Amino acid sequence: MLILEKLRLLGQFGLQLLMSFGRSGIFLVHLLIRKPRFKKSFPLLIEQLYFIGVLSLIIIILSGLFIGLVVGLQGYNTLNKFGASQQLGQLVALSVVRELGPVVTALLFAGRAGSALTAEIGLMKSTEQLASMEMMGVDPLWRVISPRFWGGFISMPILMIIFSVVAVWGGYLVGVVWLGVDSGTFWSAMQSAVNFHDDIVNGIIKSIVFGSVVTWIAVFQGYDTVPTAQGIGRATTRTVVYSSLAILGLDFVLTAVMMGGW
Amino acid sequence: MKDFVNIRGLYFNRNGRTVFSDIELNIPRGKITAIMGPSGCGKTTLLRLIGGQLKPERGNIHVDGKLINKLSRAQLYELRRKMGILFQSGALFTNLSVFENVAFPLREHTELPDFMIRDIVLMKLQSVGLRGAKNLMPSQLSGGMARRVALARAIALDPELIMYDEPFTGLDPIALGVIVKLISDLNKALGITTILVSHDVEEVLTIADYIYVIASGKIIGHGTPEKLHIDKEPEVQQFLQGLPDGVVPFHYPAIDYNQDLMH
Repeated sequence: MLILEKLRLLGQFGLQLLMSFGRSGIFLVHLLIRKPRFKKSFPLLIEQLYFIGVLSLIIIILSGLFIGLVVGLQGYNTLNKFGASQQLGQLVALSVVRELGPVVTALLFAGRAGSALTAEIGLMKSTEQLASMEMMGVDPLWRVISPRFWGGFISMPILMIIFSVVAVWGGYLVGVVWLGVDSGTFWSAMQSAVNFHDDIVNGIIKSIVFGSVVTWIAVFQGYDTVPTAQGIGRATTRTVVYSSLAILGLDFVLTAVMMGGW
Repeated sequence: MKDFVNIRGLYFNRNGRTVFSDIELNIPRGKITAIMGPSGCGKTTLLRLIGGQLKPERGNIHVDGKLINKLSRAQLYELRRKMGILFQSGALFTNLSVFENVAFPLREHTELPDFMIRDIVLMKLQSVGLRGAKNLMPSQLSGGMARRVALARAIALDPELIMYDEPFTGLDPIALGVIVKLISDLNKALGITTILVSHDVEEVLTIADYIYVIASGKIIGHGTPEKLHIDKEPEVQQFLQGLPDGVVPFHYPAIDYNQDLMH
């Protein structure tokens, strides 16, 4: 009987998981397939770009700087053992542009903006603000969710570019200013190693994918939350956990595809 | 059509529990119809069914002649423009001022210029006595004031139907009197069809034209306030007189008390 009960619970869990996937898919379709209302949507989008993008700038810049400093320091020490410290610029640029930039920016984005989006939408649901909007004949998917989704979609690649630029500058500070690597060698090694299509464009594509997925998870978890204090807390946690796993998993898949000669 | 809302053979279940079983009721145009019943009997659920936020398992809900549970998403949102609802919490948008909350439906559904929106908002706020509070944020309002602002917002587009969800709960006597008067005045002055969901017997009996009493998923009594007073149904009388025990038991179903203590 105990085994049967455990099987029942496993089945129930599986069904709930599938239903959740189904609901999130339908939610995304409703979000993307709708008649655009540019005149009314634009001010809402600008507002969300500020809350999601501009207010994330400080954490992105500081994190980028520290990551750049650490990569520069670690890279210099390792390369110096082989007498290749002049390749530091190449190491910093490729690490940041290909992997650290998109991945770390997305993880920070999920922690700061993603959790805030889920909590805000969840609270709007629990205080019946979304229900009252529906009853006024205003679709919350259009008025509340859509600007937040597109705000995240647009902000993420821009934040990633800013992160990468600051991180490279951090590597420069450590390598050139502090440890004495030649400035010209640092930049020329970087210039010759970084390919615009294979490195920069692929990094931007990664960040667009991560931005869409993280924002989708965040807005869906907020919209689908159980409207209680505990429900909102759990939904916020789920946003950070699911987003982090999705970012790391997708990073592997995208890297494999891109390295496979895409 | 005489009735604004017409419900026939309504069945609704939630989490395996029957909320409504074969409910039939009519909401006549221009009248105040009250839905009463003990807490948890599904009064708010009934409002959500009428507003199309929930779908029934069986039965038909006609609103303004349209079968609401069969409408497309776009048609449903179109029909909702004829409705206003006052939620128990007020459900004001916390990031918008009082003025912007009332202006919200006007900005969303009309292309009116700002000066006209301003005039309409001030008129609506004046009608609920809160024109002076137009610049306050929802967090600066008392419970009664928040409900009055929500009422001004609900009537911003001059709806044909307005639904009140427990409008008297948690109010001090003055705020309570103000809300009772506003509901009555709005109905009389504008002829708005009104559905009033409440369990506050005294207030409802003073303003309602017709009352439905719901308990255990069924309508246990209905009629004018005068008729309900002389209703012989014990459940109706227990509810109207506020008796703690009777047909609706005081105790939640449980095993024998002594047996439970000795266990």
